[in-house]
Amino acid sequence: MSAFFAVIRRDLILAFRRRAEIANPLFFFILVVTLFPLGVGANPKLLQAMAPGVIWVSALLAVMLSLDSLFRSDFDDGSLEQMLLSPHPLTILVLGKIIAHWLVTGLPLLVVAPLLAIFLGLPEQALGTLLITLVLATPVLSLIGSIGVSLTVGLRRGGMIISLLVLPLYVPVLIFASNAVEMAGNGLAVDAQINILVAIFFMSAVLAPLPAAAALRMSVN
Amino acid sequence: MDVVISQNMVLEAKELSCIRDDRILFEGLNFKLSNHQVLLLEGKNGSGKTSLLRIICGFREQDSGDLFWCEQKIKDSEYFSEMAYVGHLDGVKKELTVLENLKMSLSLSQKGRYSIDQALETVHLAGYDDSLVQTLSAGQKRRLSLARLLITKNTLWILDEPFTSIDKSGITLIESLMHEHIVAGGMIILTSHHDLALHEVDVQKINLSLCH
Repeated sequence: MSAFFAVIRRDLILAFRRRAEIANPLFFFILVVTLFPLGVGANPKLLQAMAPGVIWVSALLAVMLSLDSLFRSDFDDGSLEQMLLSPHPLTILVLGKIIAHWLVTGLPLLVVAPLLAIFLGLPEQALGTLLITLVLATPVLSLIGSIGVSLTVGLRRGGMIISLLVLPLYVPVLIFASNAVEMAGNGLAVDAQINILVAIFFMSAVLAPLPAAAALRMSVN
Repeated sequence: MDVVISQNMVLEAKELSCIRDDRILFEGLNFKLSNHQVLLLEGKNGSGKTSLLRIICGFREQDSGDLFWCEQKIKDSEYFSEMAYVGHLDGVKKELTVLENLKMSLSLSQKGRYSIDQALETVHLAGYDDSLVQTLSAGQKRRLSLARLLITKNTLWILDEPFTSIDKSGITLIESLMHEHIVAGGMIILTSHHDLALHEVDVQKINLSLCH
């Protein structure tokens, strides 16, 4: 257990020391969302209708951009080898890294997203739902993404392949999350979508670290 | 102080072979290593020294044969809490301080013979506790990864070219640390192009260029 917390702590310190790199996904998120009104015109109705989709697609892409950093530096400097040799289960260490990744990329999105939602004119009654979907689904993005990165970390240029591997698995999250926000905006019940997101969250929390750890073993080879 | 080194341990390789890109690097490799012994791997560049070390670390799957730790396959045994590896990559994070790196290694493993302070003193990095690793020289990084061997609990050291980028006094230092480890009952597997000056120590040599 101490190793689990040590990994989280270490990754948070590292993130703090590499602030610029970490701020990238957040910047990307803010930029994409703010550029939309400039691109499609300042039509409040249109923006309001597009808000859930725009926010969710940007959040998803922002997380995907940051995925490569999850194991890259550990792979390059040999820290990953040392983790593999640890008597502690690799799955637990990987879970620690995923949690740290979420704290650094997912959590800031959570803070900024409501502001951007108001900026796009998302109805107030949908803000709560937006937050709930983000709380449930951004960890899923990190969890599922970890499988993709651990498979490609051994390749020099894995960027494109990660998206191919991971995007299809992100699609259900995107559909249910943005649909929930949209329905909430129209004052409809969103229990079904939220329940499905909860299910996806628990499923990936339990199932993602295992294949990620196995794939890392293969990548280190 | 010797309690951290487990006695009566045996690492045994039976009929190991490794094939890379249709080339047989080595086959039918057997060895048996027990406490107080050193195994020195020799051979030309590309003869499979590093590949063998990576198989011994469990990173790479051997193409045939098996490795046993106390007569159990290494994957089913306590092997990984008894070994430590220093490879080509230092395995330290350059954005962390010396101290943070060693604490991390410690939480990944168990406490060993030396405290962090003692280990830093021994590898001549005392006073660097709070320096970021990126400010250290290549040789100092190497010393730092050797300090990891001292602070964690381990019986078997696996060293891939431990003398790279280390100065003369460093070489003597490593040799004396190795000597101390062996006398205390440890085992070492290493590759090196440098002639080992280990006296009164049981050194087995395997030349991989001859293992076809």
